[in-house]
Amino acid sequence: MNSFFERRYVIAGIFITIIIILLARLFYIQIIDDRYAIYASNNVRRLIIHNPARGPILDRNGKVLVQNVPFYDIMVTPKQVKPFDTVEFCKLLGIDRAAFDKQWVKAVKYSPYLPSVFEKQLSVTTYASLQERLSEFPGFYSSTRYLRIYPDSVAAQFLGFIGEVQDKDIKRSGGYYHPGDYIGVTGVEKSYESVLKGQRGVENSMVDSRGKSKGKYANGVYDTAAVAGQRLTSSLDITIQKLGEKLMKNKVGSIVAIEPSTGEILAFVSSPTYDPNLMVGRERGNNAAKMYEDAYSPMLIRPIQAYYPPGSSFKPLDALIALQEGIITPQTTYFCPHYYLAGNHKVACEHFDGITDLRKGIAMSCNTYFCNVFDRLMNKNGSKNTRPTFVTWRGDVNKFGFGVKLDVDLPNERRGNVPTPLYYDKTYGANHWRSNTIISLAIGQGELLATPLQMANVECTIANHGYYYRPHLIKAIGDKPITKAEYTQRNYVGIDSQYFEPVIDGMQRVVDNGTAAAARIPGIVMCGKTGTAQNPHGKSNSIFVAFAPRDHPKIAIAVIVENAGYGAAYAAPIASYIVEKYLTGNITKPKDEVDYIMDKNLLPDSDEYRPKVRVKTTAKDTLKKPKQTIPAKKGELRSASRRNKKDTSTKYLAAQVMHKEDE
Amino acid sequence: MNNQRSFFFNVDWVTVFIYLALCTIGWFNIRAAVFDAGHPGIIDFKTDYSKQFWYIVVAISVAIVILLLESRFITALSPAFYGITMLLLMLVLVVGRDVGGNRAWISLGGGVRLQPAEFAKFTTCLLLARYLSGPNIRVSELRSLLIAAAIIGFPMFLILLQPDMGSTLVFYSLIFVLYREGLSPYYLVISALFIILFLTSILFSPLYVIAVISVVTLLVVLLLRKNKRLVVTMLTGLAICVAFVLSVKFIYNHVLQPHQKVRIDIVIGIKSDLRGKGYNVNQSKIAIGSGKFWGKGYLHGTQTQYSFVPAQSTDFIFCTVGEEWGFAGSIVVLGLYLFLILRIIFIAERQRSPFSRIYGYGVASVIFFHVMINIATTIGLAPVIGIPLPFISYGGSSLLSFTMLLFVLLKLDSNRMGIV
Repeated sequence: MNSFFERRYVIAGIFITIIIILLARLFYIQIIDDRYAIYASNNVRRLIIHNPARGPILDRNGKVLVQNVPFYDIMVTPKQVKPFDTVEFCKLLGIDRAAFDKQWVKAVKYSPYLPSVFEKQLSVTTYASLQERLSEFPGFYSSTRYLRIYPDSVAAQFLGFIGEVQDKDIKRSGGYYHPGDYIGVTGVEKSYESVLKGQRGVENSMVDSRGKSKGKYANGVYDTAAVAGQRLTSSLDITIQKLGEKLMKNKVGSIVAIEPSTGEILAFVSSPTYDPNLMVGRERGNNAAKMYEDAYSPMLIRPIQAYYPPGSSFKPLDALIALQEGIITPQTTYFCPHYYLAGNHKVACEHFDGITDLRKGIAMSCNTYFCNVFDRLMNKNGSKNTRPTFVTWRGDVNKFGFGVKLDVDLPNERRGNVPTPLYYDKTYGANHWRSNTIISLAIGQGELLATPLQMANVECTIANHGYYYRPHLIKAIGDKPITKAEYTQRNYVGIDSQYFEPVIDGMQRVVDNGTAAAARIPGIVMCGKTGTAQNPHGKSNSIFVAFAPRDHPKIAIAVIVENAGYGAAYAAPIASYIVEKYLTGNITKPKDEVDYIMDKNLLPDSDEYRPKVRVKTTAKDTLKKPKQTIPAKKGELRSASRRNKKDTSTKYLAAQVMHKEDE
Repeated sequence: MNNQRSFFFNVDWVTVFIYLALCTIGWFNIRAAVFDAGHPGIIDFKTDYSKQFWYIVVAISVAIVILLLESRFITALSPAFYGITMLLLMLVLVVGRDVGGNRAWISLGGGVRLQPAEFAKFTTCLLLARYLSGPNIRVSELRSLLIAAAIIGFPMFLILLQPDMGSTLVFYSLIFVLYREGLSPYYLVISALFIILFLTSILFSPLYVIAVISVVTLLVVLLLRKNKRLVVTMLTGLAICVAFVLSVKFIYNHVLQPHQKVRIDIVIGIKSDLRGKGYNVNQSKIAIGSGKFWGKGYLHGTQTQYSFVPAQSTDFIFCTVGEEWGFAGSIVVLGLYLFLILRIIFIAERQRSPFSRIYGYGVASVIFFHVMINIATTIGLAPVIGIPLPFISYGGSSLLSFTMLLFVLLKLDSNRMGIV
């Protein structure tokens, strides 16, 4: 014992204190602080995403419009690779040694322990020869991916395309999409994204510190299986869709066919079109860039986005509204002296029709007749009350779907244009416009602009004697038909059904012996109306609208061929071929006649061609801007561009008023 | 009681039991840390746990041999043991194998390596005890203190040349032995003060630190101004502290090696480099922290089984305890250590011979320092200096030297009634 005996307590005290400090710290990080448990699980847990196959889209008869094909990525985990015959391997993959070395260096650089893509998107044929021998090359294996494929290369604008998600999509989805995922960008792919995409499968696996897999996390209780996207059955009929696209080859324009009794869209042609397969795979970016550069804008979904003056195809509406208002009866006649005098300006009529009644007026597309009808309609409350009368008329026209969106199940539908009274107030001054000022509306010209879908929809309304069903493109999701109330609800346009008969009579005569006599189909009663709409930039647009057969109509159609002249020249025969093909399955017209139309190149000079609309103000559009500036010849054009400042996305070209419209 | 043949009755079985418990815990945790389903064998010498099995067998054999030795033999040969280890420490600088930046190992062939620094702790304790127990030696006298410091300082110097900062610092723990034998408590206080000053000067601007210590000193001086001698001492101390603080930045930036700087930075929280230098400690904290109260179960620790913590069977073995056995397991292990250390102090104090007592304190100090620094490192309270956890960490040299350290004490204790 020595004098420092008591110091043992000091030393023991220090030791105990420090051990207690360690225990306190352990208590804190093990019991109090929960972060470490989360970090530990983040360390070992790896989510492996299994992307589901996207739902295929079929036509109304179950034919495939778009489906998925498996493609194969060859993956490599460098550390697992054992010496092998590189020459043979390159041969199987179809690459040369330099490419092999490049990919190898890339893979090793990415990670020696983790798998990375060695060769992308092998075709089924390449893969077939490689597959049997892949086991000879340890470390290499294949990974299946699905790509969209369009067996008939048809209906590109209708189907739309998919693309990698953008940051804003990821944000909007609340984190559902991951970078690198695909999402519908346009068309059905976009509007039915939620159904088509399917359910992503998640596999929770465990990895060690090098990222090597160590089996399932928590025995797989958090795993979910991938569920493939649902099959969509569209209302499209691939036969007439293909025929339509063939007929519209080398032409700018659009075809829309609708089944009047359901509102199902049967054909949805936008021309010029493109091969949807170009928007898939490795060359996608280049192809898309080329198409955006294309002066004819193949990406434009013309059936719902292009604006055309309906021209004479509007005349049945004049008649129906006037009949409903009691302004005229079917027996009302006007004398046609080859022109209509609107104030001091003559609206020419192509024919000298003499005494003309309603049926003849429609059959011969008499401008004089309908200008008179329109004039009386506008002046029914006296010329001083033109403005309120016009407001009523505008409402009547809107009911037919002109100037409003029809809410078709596709994104980016546009609503066309029926001019507002405010617009005329601004152009001519309040109270300074009368029926004569706006007389071109009578013949579907002037500021009146409609999409092909709207024109076809009007034919459905006439075919149904006064109502239409909302046009739509998808009939069934999976095995379940879509039974939405809005698809079965009749949208009445406010015209009593009795007034349709005389108009339909006139339209039947159009085809039987009127302006579109060339479009007659043996054995089928088709009712139609031609239109030859003024086009300020070249030849008139050829328009034909029709429905058939007259009793129990099965198809209503609108065909627009830009710069093709008379409605009867191209639009009417094209419509007749499609209607006949749809109703009977073949075309009775001689093949060379059909071929002539198919082969005819009516593309306007691409330098002069200006798209009817500008869809979006993109960087590329801005570059083209100087070309799109319209020479402001007339007051209304100037004011139109003024108005467009408020709404730059709906820049349209108003056809000149006070100009002749013929047939 | 004095009968040499009856030594089994005199051996402190409590300590032996704790020793065996720690070795067993160690072996199971090493097995968990490096478990390899392809080599489940225990005796095939292919895996760390099968090697450790044999190390334990050897260690226990050595323990038995030590217990059979003559106590006199140990005390008499202390200088020789010390001399041999010092020679080995010099030898290792020449023929040592460079592992992880340190020339710490002498290869003995067959994959067995010897780490002389581990044995130097043991022999230094022996020689220190031998010297201090000599006649007319008083630690309070400067000459004795300097010789004692030289005995401790020489191996420190040699080990620092390897360079192995961790093992060097272990020798500093022998200050507790000197304190017990009469060293002024100011040395302990000053040591603590300098550690605090060192860390705060790195953390904060030296000017703030100087300001704070000046204010504190001046307040004390003001209160006790009647004691002139104290005032002088305080002011001198203040001057030394200020000089120290001012030199810390210099030492820190120019004397310490970059990796040591980073390790200190990480502990005091200046830097967080979770992928690089701070990876070990961060993963180690994750492993221990994710164990919660009861742990994840033996061989079920994800951090352990999927090798997220490097050096997990050696310096970071406590991660396995913390992760797979949780807070409960941690308490058991720390409790065993505390009990062992207190037991050793108890044993030391019951010795008649100063040699045994001094040696006992040496054993307690060295084991305590190892436990404290090793566990503090794994939970981010101390910089990574790489010293093993006694009896638990994988490694033959470490296990053998700690066994010798402990069993020499037990041998001396079994013979405590005799006069050495």
